[in-house]
Amino acid sequence: MTAVLPEKPTRETRDREATTAPATKRRKPRNREQFVVMIGLILFALYSVAPVWWLIVNSTKNRRDLYNTNGLWFGEFNLWNNLSSLFTYNNGVFLRWMGNTILYAGGGALVCTIISVAAGYSLSKFNYRGRGVGLAVVIGSFLVPSTLITVPLFLLFSQIGLVDTIWSVLIPLFISPFGVYLAKTYVDGTIPDELLEAARLDGSGEFRTFIQIVMPMMRTGAATVFILLFVSNWNNFFLPLTMLRGSDKWTVGVGLYSWFVDKNQSYVDLTALTITGALISVIPLAIVLISMQRYWRTGVTLGALK
Amino acid sequence: MSVNSAIHQPATRSGASTVPPRRSWRPTHNRAGAMLAVPFFVGFVFVFVLPIAYAVFQSVYTVRSDGGLGLSESTTVFAGFDNYARAFGDEAFWASMVRVALFAVIQIPISLGLSLTAALLLDAVTGERRGGLFRALLLVPYMVPAIVATLVWVYLYSPRTGPLTAAGNLVGADVNFFSPDILWGSIGNLIVWMVLGFNMLIMYSALRGVDRSILEAARVDGAGAFRTAWSVKIPNIRGSLVLTGLISIIGMLQIFNEPLVFRGASPQTVTKDFTPIMSIYFQAFTSNNYNYAAALSVLLAVVIGLFSFAFYKLTTRKANS
Repeated sequence: MTAVLPEKPTRETRDREATTAPATKRRKPRNREQFVVMIGLILFALYSVAPVWWLIVNSTKNRRDLYNTNGLWFGEFNLWNNLSSLFTYNNGVFLRWMGNTILYAGGGALVCTIISVAAGYSLSKFNYRGRGVGLAVVIGSFLVPSTLITVPLFLLFSQIGLVDTIWSVLIPLFISPFGVYLAKTYVDGTIPDELLEAARLDGSGEFRTFIQIVMPMMRTGAATVFILLFVSNWNNFFLPLTMLRGSDKWTVGVGLYSWFVDKNQSYVDLTALTITGALISVIPLAIVLISMQRYWRTGVTLGALK
Repeated sequence: MSVNSAIHQPATRSGASTVPPRRSWRPTHNRAGAMLAVPFFVGFVFVFVLPIAYAVFQSVYTVRSDGGLGLSESTTVFAGFDNYARAFGDEAFWASMVRVALFAVIQIPISLGLSLTAALLLDAVTGERRGGLFRALLLVPYMVPAIVATLVWVYLYSPRTGPLTAAGNLVGADVNFFSPDILWGSIGNLIVWMVLGFNMLIMYSALRGVDRSILEAARVDGAGAFRTAWSVKIPNIRGSLVLTGLISIIGMLQIFNEPLVFRGASPQTVTKDFTPIMSIYFQAFTSNNYNYAAALSVLLAVVIGLFSFAFYKLTTRKANS
């Protein structure tokens, strides 16, 4: 799948293309080059999409078809039955997991965004002792893998009785050095010092300036921080797995994992439920990502530009 | 992979941003401004600093059960460096580190190479809409939660539910994706699938940022598309390669979800101490060996710190020379 391109276009062709290249007037070598590029991209696209296709197809199958029919094509259409058994199994525990995940991912990201924007603004626009150290701490802790903190956090939380409460998952999600750094970068780029100076001359206090002037201007930046945190929270598996014992507080990821493990141990075959549940658990994340794509794209690429 | 750990700036940029604002306002402003950072730093101490300090504290204690007469009473006693001494001699733990390091050395270059290939192809494709379509398709895996992606691939690999074993048989290969020889390949492929689009996006944005006049100059000099990609485009996006490399290494050091799920499918191959984080997890929650788990956490943190530092030094020196 390497981009070995078959033929070099002649110099004139390229020159002409460089200056006036209407898409319709492309010469042959350029076409062949594009052909190879397209083949490569189609292969990559198939690779990326095929497992999701498998997931969609197999969530429509009953247990018999799951094991006996071609995995890449539909069998008897059984999606509605699967959905109803998914949502009713164990008194609808799956819906509860979905609700919990939305609470952890959304609530955690929301609070974290507010904390991060405030801190990013503070680190960007003010000068006080400890600011430099604070910034260094923020950047330095990017390198600390969150997984590594989790077991020590569990030891600490079990000491103060927080383990197995929703707070044991939420509180760690409130704090994100990455969010602060991203917010600071946005403040650097969008809030002019003159504006703050003008607000001061008009007698606006710092907190009022922050809430009434800075926050509205930071809407795009805050949305980007929120969405990236939301995705990261939705993906977080290790934290809830470590902190939570009672299945009523689990996230959908921990729940699906428990079903997956159970199917090896108990007489109930939960495979069909796990597959349908896996498909459903993708939907909220996909909705958020697709509807807010212009925000997270800029966030992801922020690190690469410049 | 969590985005938290996923997107970091190489620390180079920190140098530029630590320069304080040039004007000096009246101190009251700054005091009020400093207050805005208080919630974050208080929280930071609570969820980052205290746990680490507490882990260090825990790691020098140990639980002794001294209920010899059926009274299973246990007391926590100071143990000094006993846990560390034990950890240094813990062959399974170090073997898991070596296992993961070897895997990283092979998997990361392949993964980044594929992402780079995808990014270069996307950069070379003509037509805005076609490019947009492929970019969207390649980003589909980013929308699948990591644990779900792992479950799906385990089902795909499984001879009972997945088409892959049957496809292997069709071409005459009898593959068991969970066998000790193939297992790492199976996990490696799963990780490639999960991160390909994300890394591609970072590299692709960097490629878009390459000064078009340089590409024009290469073209005028008669460089073909492949030559331009190799000699002009790739050197120009070195920063994003370092970034994605760092992200991959950090992700690899904390690898846990994937082997844990594979353990569900094949417990005899994926042992409890298959990766360092798995060792820590099972020490803490299956063996209830919290103090020892704390010591292992501290050790792993030190190793990761050294790794990141070495990688950073190595890549920046290369970039400077």
